[in-house]
Amino acid sequence: MADADRLATVRRRVADWEATTLAEALRDHPERRSAFVTTSSRPVKRLYTPADLAGKSPAERLGRPGEPPFTRGIHPTMYRGRLWTMRMFAGYGSAEDTNRRFKYLIAHGETGLSVAFDMPTLYGYDTDDAEAKGEFGTCGVAVSSLEDMRVLFRGIDVGAISTSMTINSPAAPIWAMYLAMADDAGVPWSKLRGTIQNDILKEYQAQKEWIFPPEPSMRLVVDTFEFGARRVPQWNTISISGYHIREAGATAAQELAFTLANGMEYVRWGIERGLKVDEFAPRLSFFFNAHNDLFEEVAKYRAARRIWAREMRDTFGAKNPRSWLLRFHTQTAGVSLTAQQPEMNIVRTTIQGLAAVLGGTQSLHTNSYDEAYQVPHEKAVRIALRTQQILAHESGVANTVDPLGGSYFLEALTDELESEAYGYFDRIQELGGVLPAIRKGFFQQEIANSAYRYQREVEDRERTIVGVNEFVVDEQPEVEPLRVTTASLRGQLERLRRIRKSRDPKKHARTLDRLRKACEGDENTMPFILDAVRAKATLGEICDVMREVFGVWEEPLLY
Amino acid sequence: MAKKIRVLIAKPGLDGHDRGAKVIARALRDAGMEVIYTGLRQTPEDIAEAAIQEDVDAIGLSCLSGAHMTLFPEVVRILRKRRAKDIVVAGGGIIPEEDVPKLRKAGVKAVFGPGTPLTEIVGFFKKAAKGA
Repeated sequence: MADADRLATVRRRVADWEATTLAEALRDHPERRSAFVTTSSRPVKRLYTPADLAGKSPAERLGRPGEPPFTRGIHPTMYRGRLWTMRMFAGYGSAEDTNRRFKYLIAHGETGLSVAFDMPTLYGYDTDDAEAKGEFGTCGVAVSSLEDMRVLFRGIDVGAISTSMTINSPAAPIWAMYLAMADDAGVPWSKLRGTIQNDILKEYQAQKEWIFPPEPSMRLVVDTFEFGARRVPQWNTISISGYHIREAGATAAQELAFTLANGMEYVRWGIERGLKVDEFAPRLSFFFNAHNDLFEEVAKYRAARRIWAREMRDTFGAKNPRSWLLRFHTQTAGVSLTAQQPEMNIVRTTIQGLAAVLGGTQSLHTNSYDEAYQVPHEKAVRIALRTQQILAHESGVANTVDPLGGSYFLEALTDELESEAYGYFDRIQELGGVLPAIRKGFFQQEIANSAYRYQREVEDRERTIVGVNEFVVDEQPEVEPLRVTTASLRGQLERLRRIRKSRDPKKHARTLDRLRKACEGDENTMPFILDAVRAKATLGEICDVMREVFGVWEEPLLY
Repeated sequence: MAKKIRVLIAKPGLDGHDRGAKVIARALRDAGMEVIYTGLRQTPEDIAEAAIQEDVDAIGLSCLSGAHMTLFPEVVRILRKRRAKDIVVAGGGIIPEEDVPKLRKAGVKAVFGPGTPLTEIVGFFKKAAKGA
């Protein structure tokens, strides 16, 4: 066979090179270290050649852009047609504070919105709840009611811009508030574009903002799939997220494997509900991290697309090509930001953003350099956004489709990550599936182990972190502080008080009661949540009903 | 044999970022200490109570949500009220520089930001347990 002959020739030539040119070079100039590894501690060879790509044909491995297995990207023209969406994750203080930040970002050229909620909101508590003490607006915006949602989007045309909302356990009520807000603004749901994160599985595994136990949580997720498919057709009802898995310490392979395993679990639950896979699968979206190791990250995105296309088509029998597409958002790695010499974070973020673009992301958030200290200051955010604009308009990488495709190193890494992911799928299967594996603490322990290994490597200086364990300077970093004001808190508390006083108490009680019945039974909860939201029920009140019916989750303790 | 140093690693408030807390817990354990990890979403009361019950030498608090100014001093205050002020309290997380002196003044013995070497944190708890 011609291919086999060609490979044999390549191997012979490499062996010959190793015995001559390389051997001679190594004799006089030994390498810097005995082994080289990626950020995820994956061994990297000295040289990659066509011999590393034996076994699969280019058609199987790459395909063509916009065609299965979509390794080279989901669109035939990629960024030549349309640049990725520049979507900066933003939120702090009150709805007014964050509305100002949104308008600032839009004015500076961002092309999509992304809402960061504060801790009480993420956990389904109103700002005036005792549990919320000290947490108002510190790491996101507080949204306790429909009124807050209206203020948050005041003066912004939600029919024209897409909005992503990082909300999980309380995703259904927060989405209901967004939908009701759009109604009031006169924007039909058919025109709304955006995403709710709504990925509860990774909450148990990594981000840890859960409320209810897994089964009722999954039911709520599927309620949104069903409702969205029928009523809000352009909305992504989930963003299946590896980002937080990676931030919590996972390797690139673990991020890839756990995220896709979660994705397939959602598909199973949707089918179990009686939905046709092609009814909801086109609205599943993904979210990955972009860490420091450029090639490993690019390989991860490409492997993700290939696995998803295969599994959706072959395992789940999806017929609609849109169901095969893995569309994803990327955020640069918050965990890579250093408190030491924080300006260097601009450089790290640039490399990470570049990885996301070379990996074919659909949208991107770039972190600000001051985020090892605080929610970012305005100027830091602008630099982060400008970083994307430089990548888009100056670097030249957006001019051609999948510029790294065909690199021996990249393709070999892509194959490796893919096969490692399948190894994890098997292990998860052996543990009885995703939910049993969560209960056994499998993901949590895997992630904690990787986090600890990484930290030890930094500690032992096997891994160099510029400004942290090498190239250290003794200086006080200059970071302009950003503070949530007490005036914002007072305003938010006042608004909540007004809402509770002004609403029709009978209607309010009736809608919550009806929601309780829906939660106890098996109707889709979304219409009842919407009714409660319109009757001015607060987020906390809605989540309290659910807490009472569903109970709360307690995680297995381990470290 | 000397009594093992006992440390409570705690996550006050609603913050779910537990990577740092878990890494520290493991590093202290590897350094020969007895470590009790509280898990997430503990109130300052829960934490003070657990520290007293477990008879620990020190508490390590971790908070990345920005609520440290409310939660850390509260733990110290409750310990003092319950006559357990010999328990040393330290904290870490995403903490602006300008908050550090305020936390120290409120009785938080040390504040560790991102990038602090594990050896420094282990050393702190060793010293703290000796009453230094």
